[in-house]
Amino acid sequence: MLELQHLSYTVNAPEGATEILKDVSLTIPDNKLVVLTGPNGGGKTTLARAVMGLVTPTAGRILWNGQDITALSITERAKLGISYGFQQPPRFKGIRVKDLLGIASGKRLLSKGEACNYLTQVGLCAKDYLDREVDTSLSGGEVKRIEIATILARKPSLMILDEPEAGIDLWSFARLTETFGEIRAREACTMIIISHQERIISLADEILVVDRGTISRRGSMLEVLPDIAKSTQGGCPAVYGEEKK
Amino acid sequence: MSELNSVDTALLEVIAGMKNGKAEGAYNIRKDSGCADRVNTENVTITSKTDKPGIDVTFAPGCKESCHIPVIITESGLKETVYNDFYVGEGADVLIIAGCGIHNCGEDASEHDGVHTFYIGKNARVKYVEKHYGEGDGNGERVMNPATVAHLEEGAVMQMDASQIGGIDSTHRETRVICGKGAEVVITERLLTHGKQRADSDMSIILNGEDSKGRVISRSVAQDDSVQIFRPVVEGNAKCFGHVQCDSIIMGKAKISSVPAITANDLDAQLIHEAAIGRIAGDQLLKLETLGLTPEEAEDRILKGFLA
Repeated sequence: MLELQHLSYTVNAPEGATEILKDVSLTIPDNKLVVLTGPNGGGKTTLARAVMGLVTPTAGRILWNGQDITALSITERAKLGISYGFQQPPRFKGIRVKDLLGIASGKRLLSKGEACNYLTQVGLCAKDYLDREVDTSLSGGEVKRIEIATILARKPSLMILDEPEAGIDLWSFARLTETFGEIRAREACTMIIISHQERIISLADEILVVDRGTISRRGSMLEVLPDIAKSTQGGCPAVYGEEKK
Repeated sequence: MSELNSVDTALLEVIAGMKNGKAEGAYNIRKDSGCADRVNTENVTITSKTDKPGIDVTFAPGCKESCHIPVIITESGLKETVYNDFYVGEGADVLIIAGCGIHNCGEDASEHDGVHTFYIGKNARVKYVEKHYGEGDGNGERVMNPATVAHLEEGAVMQMDASQIGGIDSTHRETRVICGKGAEVVITERLLTHGKQRADSDMSIILNGEDSKGRVISRSVAQDDSVQIFRPVVEGNAKCFGHVQCDSIIMGKAKISSVPAITANDLDAQLIHEAAIGRIAGDQLLKLETLGLTPEEAEDRILKGFLA
């Protein structure tokens, strides 16, 4: 179980302090799929990064399976089964896809069959990719899918994915959502996915709307989606002829 | 011929991949300015020069052979300049593994300056692997100044892989390749410096022949207070293609200077250069940490991949 207790994150800048997360408290039970959604700049990524240890909260606690992990390093959290898929994964000159999958799996030599299994789940053919370097020769969508394959290879108990759909073509995206659906059905791990895609949102046990640093709404897809649609239909009052009111 | 001890055989394994001082095919082991062992084959003839230190290695036309020519220095204070010439016959396909290892436990500088000249015949293919390595707990400097000159005749192909992965205090590398019609050279250079080491590399590829190609791929890591200076130059004197790519990772208080130059003396010369120097990207380290590596392991893995 993941528990966030009064989590805050404030950035101090010359023009004043900005609160990115404001006293967020939240509990996510085991093996649930939770989607974080909401407007850009609302704090979704910061919240997710704080759980992985990529951001250090200025206040509050994070508990994973009852253990306070707030002060633990990224590596220590990874060893506790937490994994994180970056929105824009880095590229590595000289590190091949099979190397990255090997590191992720924790095995010195990952078998071809296992590597193939992880790549197939993200819609990539192992034959074409295993020996390729994870460098600029790969497209954004390819790197993104390899990133998700490394998360699968970790066999995590908490999987955090930041916009897994970004840059991925429609057909591959369908394969990915199938994979997420299978993981959820098997109750293999807890998943926190930042997404705006209806197909991913429809898989969720719960949807959390993160807006202005707080969880502004939470519930099922049917409960939450109409509200989001209403509140995000254009931020410009002129569109609705309300400018002169 | 002098006997090989365990330090020698360990060095030979690191620099030339030789097990117990032996290799398949022809080989010549130079130890402390003398010949420790030599094996010729039907197609590869190694002879000592009579006018200066060094050897002539001749590959018969059309042969497919390998040849190891490692050099080891274990005497502190030994300085030598060696001239090795390679004659590769028409249509031959050869692998030449050179390497120099210095084990210096003394207080005086040990230095090996190797001058290698290649004459590569029509349509011949050469893969030339050169590895430099230094070790020993003495204060004596370990110095290597390799010079390589290659003349490629029509349709000849040369692939040169040069690496210096630690232990050499000072090096000045000079490489010059002259390509004839349709000839192609690919030079891959990998360099790691640390401590107060200094490495200079001057490289020039002269593309004289029509449809000749030259490519330089340089990857280096400079750590601590080390200094690296690269000057890769490609000159196109005919319809040709040249590409220089230098990538460096800078760490600690190191200094790197990368000065690529391309010169076109023909309307149809197509030349490109790219050079980049930067520290390890923070998100690369973070990504590997999320996969369970410690920050130190992550850095090590990134450098290992970069220099692989």
